[in-house]
Amino acid sequence: MSVYHYLTVSAILFALGTYGVLTRRNAIVIFMCIELMLNSVNLTFIALSRHLNSLDGQIFVFFVMTVAAAEAAVGLALMIACFRNRETIDVDQINLLKW
Amino acid sequence: METIFFYLVALVTVVSGYLVVRCQNPVNSGLALVNTFFCLAIFYVMLYAPFMAAIQVIVYAGAIMVLILFVIMLLNLGTEERKRYTHGVVWAAIASLLVLLNVVFFIKRGRVTGAEGDVTDFLITTEGHTELIGKALYTDFLLPFEIASILLLVAIVGAVVLAKKDV
Repeated sequence: MSVYHYLTVSAILFALGTYGVLTRRNAIVIFMCIELMLNSVNLTFIALSRHLNSLDGQIFVFFVMTVAAAEAAVGLALMIACFRNRETIDVDQINLLKW
Repeated sequence: METIFFYLVALVTVVSGYLVVRCQNPVNSGLALVNTFFCLAIFYVMLYAPFMAAIQVIVYAGAIMVLILFVIMLLNLGTEERKRYTHGVVWAAIASLLVLLNVVFFIKRGRVTGAEGDVTDFLITTEGHTELIGKALYTDFLLPFEIASILLLVAIVGAVVLAKKDV
């Protein structure tokens, strides 16, 4: 399998994630779509790292996973705090900063 | 054989990615996302990166998804309302199609080149992927590694402070 096949799968996943982030209203589902986009980028990194016989891409994937874990912890804590105050995590209802 | 397997796994990946986006119930979205993570782990194994596949299963499908599903249960979002649950579908479809076309255009037209390293499949199978990653992490990437540990510490403290009763 050439690297282009993997890159195409990754592109499809990234586009799906973009569509989900732009259409869904539930904050947790938006969060999951962001995780989907991060994972598609990880696939790109690993495919290119195999293609170029280098480990740098995989090290970068390692750090992307670290940041995704930190993001999950902080983002979900934010959602809990928001739900406690507003009783909803529907992004259409959270419009205090909207102009 | 490998081609058929690749297309099979790619099909499952894309379908479960679509289900993540389209499922009405967040729990179903989460389970589809777990499926996507496992398919990506299979891709990593096919790309001679078994350590990354293990990390993918443990960290993503294990830790992060458990966290997300736990918050879904905690907030009691199991039964989403029957009313409209998406918005701006047309514009979002146009935007994501543009992203997809852009990337596919570059993939079709360009050639992947770059600085070639010396980590071949043979080296990975003889020496071991984990060992190579560990050597790289503790020599060339030591500073980013330490910064990542500090980032995790800050994230722990931030999550505890944010989720406390009286913020």
